[in-house]
Amino acid sequence: MAEIKEKEIQSLSEVTVRFAGDSGDGMQLTGSQFSDTTAIVGNDLATLPDYPAEIRAPAGTLYGVSGFQLHFSSSDIHTPGDNPDVLVAMNPAALKINLKDLRPGAMIIVNTDSFDPKNLKIAHYDTNPLEDDSLSGFEVIEIPITTLTTNALEGSPLSIKEVTRSKNFFALGLMYWLFNRPIEPTIEWIQTKFKNSPDIADANLKVLKAGYYYGDATQLFSARYIVKPAALPKGTYRNISGNEASALGVLAASLKSGLDLFLGTYPITPASDILHYLSRYKNYGVVTFQAEDEIAGMASAIGAAYGGALAISTTSGPGLALKTEATGLAVMTELPVVIINVQRGGPSTGLPTKTEQADLMQSLYGRNGESPVVVLAASTPSDCFYMAFEACQIALKYMTPVILLTDGYIANGSEPWKLPEENDLPEIKVNFRTEKEGFNPYERDENLSRPWAVPGTKGLEHRIGGLEKEDVTGNVSYDPENHHRMVTLRAEKVQKVQQDVPDLQINGDPEGDLLVIGWGGTYGAITEAVNRSRKAGMKVSQIHIKHLNPLPANLGKIIKSFKQVLVPELNMGQLAYILRSEYFVDVIKLSKVKGLPFKSVEVQNKIAEILGGNNGK
Amino acid sequence: MENKTIDTQELQVKLTAKDFSSGQDVRWCPGCGDYSILAQVQRTFPDIGIKKENIVWVSGIGCSSRFPYYMDTFGFHGIHGRAPAIASGLKSAHPELSVWVATGDGDLMSIGGNHFIHTCRKNMDLKILMFNNRIYGLTKGQYSPTSEKGKVTKSTPFGSVDYPFNPVSLALGAEATFVARSLDRDPKHMQEMIRKAAAHTGTAFIEIFQNCNIFNDGAFELLTNKETKPEYVLQLEHGKPLIFGVHRDKGIKLDGFELKVININEGDNSINDVLVHDEEDSNPIRAFMLAHMTDNPDLPTPVGVFRRKLKPTYDEGVWNQISHFQAKKGKGTLKDLLYSGNTWEVK
Repeated sequence: MAEIKEKEIQSLSEVTVRFAGDSGDGMQLTGSQFSDTTAIVGNDLATLPDYPAEIRAPAGTLYGVSGFQLHFSSSDIHTPGDNPDVLVAMNPAALKINLKDLRPGAMIIVNTDSFDPKNLKIAHYDTNPLEDDSLSGFEVIEIPITTLTTNALEGSPLSIKEVTRSKNFFALGLMYWLFNRPIEPTIEWIQTKFKNSPDIADANLKVLKAGYYYGDATQLFSARYIVKPAALPKGTYRNISGNEASALGVLAASLKSGLDLFLGTYPITPASDILHYLSRYKNYGVVTFQAEDEIAGMASAIGAAYGGALAISTTSGPGLALKTEATGLAVMTELPVVIINVQRGGPSTGLPTKTEQADLMQSLYGRNGESPVVVLAASTPSDCFYMAFEACQIALKYMTPVILLTDGYIANGSEPWKLPEENDLPEIKVNFRTEKEGFNPYERDENLSRPWAVPGTKGLEHRIGGLEKEDVTGNVSYDPENHHRMVTLRAEKVQKVQQDVPDLQINGDPEGDLLVIGWGGTYGAITEAVNRSRKAGMKVSQIHIKHLNPLPANLGKIIKSFKQVLVPELNMGQLAYILRSEYFVDVIKLSKVKGLPFKSVEVQNKIAEILGGNNGK
Repeated sequence: MENKTIDTQELQVKLTAKDFSSGQDVRWCPGCGDYSILAQVQRTFPDIGIKKENIVWVSGIGCSSRFPYYMDTFGFHGIHGRAPAIASGLKSAHPELSVWVATGDGDLMSIGGNHFIHTCRKNMDLKILMFNNRIYGLTKGQYSPTSEKGKVTKSTPFGSVDYPFNPVSLALGAEATFVARSLDRDPKHMQEMIRKAAAHTGTAFIEIFQNCNIFNDGAFELLTNKETKPEYVLQLEHGKPLIFGVHRDKGIKLDGFELKVININEGDNSINDVLVHDEEDSNPIRAFMLAHMTDNPDLPTPVGVFRRKLKPTYDEGVWNQISHFQAKKGKGTLKDLLYSGNTWEVK
């Protein structure tokens, strides 16, 4: 390869790339490998995996298209990018589905081998878009990726099917060349992943390299690109998805509290990865109980908590609905259980692989009786770690169930995470009741929390359950006054958590024309929109709520400092409804329920619309 | 949580039945069969060799599920049908505890059916006492999943049209490792079954025929009345021939794939023709055949241990894996946890 000439290298500040193909084409793997390598070279990044619920949808269909979008930059970024600069389309369906999202003039790399009459027909193309002028506004790079993959593997012992399956590595290698990334991390990954299948490992390595050198050896590309490392704060980093961060967060809380971790759960998209991660950590003493159903997942967590474990249950919307009654039992028995609900499109089975924020009301109110629980929401993939940790702290300190909301977008998306030092995380103090004298199961401390008296403690034998408790003694009581008192006490206890909720920090001026209030996974898009609007001179500020119940103490005061309030949500206005009833404020809603996160430009346009045609100046 | 096995050391002070009474007023209807079950448990527990503070009773919803309130052990009154799931979480996370489930035919066979079969499948080390009165008592008299077909109740005024579960057969089918049956009106027998369940490691299921004198009075009259009991009840005893009858002259013969009643004194018959009960039989077929004698008008109803089998439990499996990896990799630390995978430095 010595005679290959170095191509011109252009420097870019940020790029958005989308890989798209059939759901069996390995696009998620390609995207996550590109992300991991991009993180290692020091760019800031955000990702958006977007895939169908079908594991292997019929080849070539529009509904079977799987995509992975990645935004990387030499500066701090918050979103996976609104409009891709580069699309890698492995077949006509992938081109058709994704074309509308591209920025004008974007680069499209197509696998021409798949643009045959059969695939064009399945994708509902009447004419081949590569042969008419429908792509004239784009820079189209045509590459016979399947043929080149087959050529690279001539003489391989693998079947034709296995050979062509490697073609995603060709695309990956090519993109590594185009954006000047090292291929070594992926080489190492292939060697580990396929160590028991040396023929497949060998094929993937050959094809990866073939793709990389193809860029150099041909004249298809006029330039290569470089995106310089971002100036991130000093420290050790790893690329992390929200689900992995949630798993690490509860495990960190287990280590900091000295309690064994118990996960009672049932597989459900998009939450199952938390189970997968935690089930690996046997040497941390983690018990992962894959229950027979969602109800048993929650019920087993309650049992484990009753016995003194740090108990977790993970789920997504339909599963949270099934856990409803058992969550009420945890409220009544005042046991610490953390439920992580990775929200997806609903109602019913809805859109299992797509994101949404429509379980807020279900989390706050979806139980029989007066049944308050603490509700938190994570804002980014790495924030899932801290919020999962905090959820455990609150549950243990106040003896209460806590629901942590994440969503499909931040759960599957990833970003570089600056790792905390051991001492950055506080110890979690747990006081099991051991003193027999004066023991009452429902006496309360200054936080209104009841004692945790676990089986195995001599002299503390007692009975609790779902029937109403007598204040202090915990005996069954049907007394009307007592019931009123206990309902009030349970509500006051949850409200008491507010003392530990940090004040909201305002992004922007403390007063102005418009306050944008977000919660959960919309943080990145809103932040980018508000920052851009402020640069354009608009008097707009932002707060982001991570504590939904109880709400932060300074929220009301902040709201009153602005003329108008905008609440963008991936639902029909659930937080808006709560803010209206809590603070009597006339909230402007921005709702989106398309199974996709906000693009920052959507929020930005709404801000401009509210603040007037003159850019709000 | 250092000790992960049940502490069966010699107890220092000998406890009595009274030590297991919580002192709460027992609120079952006067004459209810549940009183006997409570009494037999309280009488047996001082001798099962487990410290009181390590015993937990978990229940669901129904008359039976008030049971934990009356025992001076740890107790958890759960929600309808979920007792096996709550108990499974407790036992998996805390294998040092002896966990007992008090439940009924509605609670366990209907709303909790799924949890029950999976508990058995996993061989979760729980002791499950199912009070079977073949009726919904607490909701005042609807037919239950163990009510006989044609049962006239408030919800089936013209007779039920669906078929009942045979709980013993269901437990056997779900691979419970200890399956037994007893009667509320046979205290000695019930005590023996409870002791045997306590001694078993793995899912132990005891179906207890229990009379609801308000909504289903006399459901088991033939099996408990002194006059009829000898003819209608077959006592299963390990290693002994299956003999019954007032004169102990009737035996159960295995004839091909059929169980038949023979008189051992008639014709060529002898005691040698009678099936000898083997509760440890590795083949479950005979246990199923015995289970299906229930409610067969031509055969007596068996009580006793249908099947007993030893195999590793769920919590054993889980904690063995944990010990294995802790020995191999060392106990995990926070630093190892966070700084794993592909990390890089920003300087």
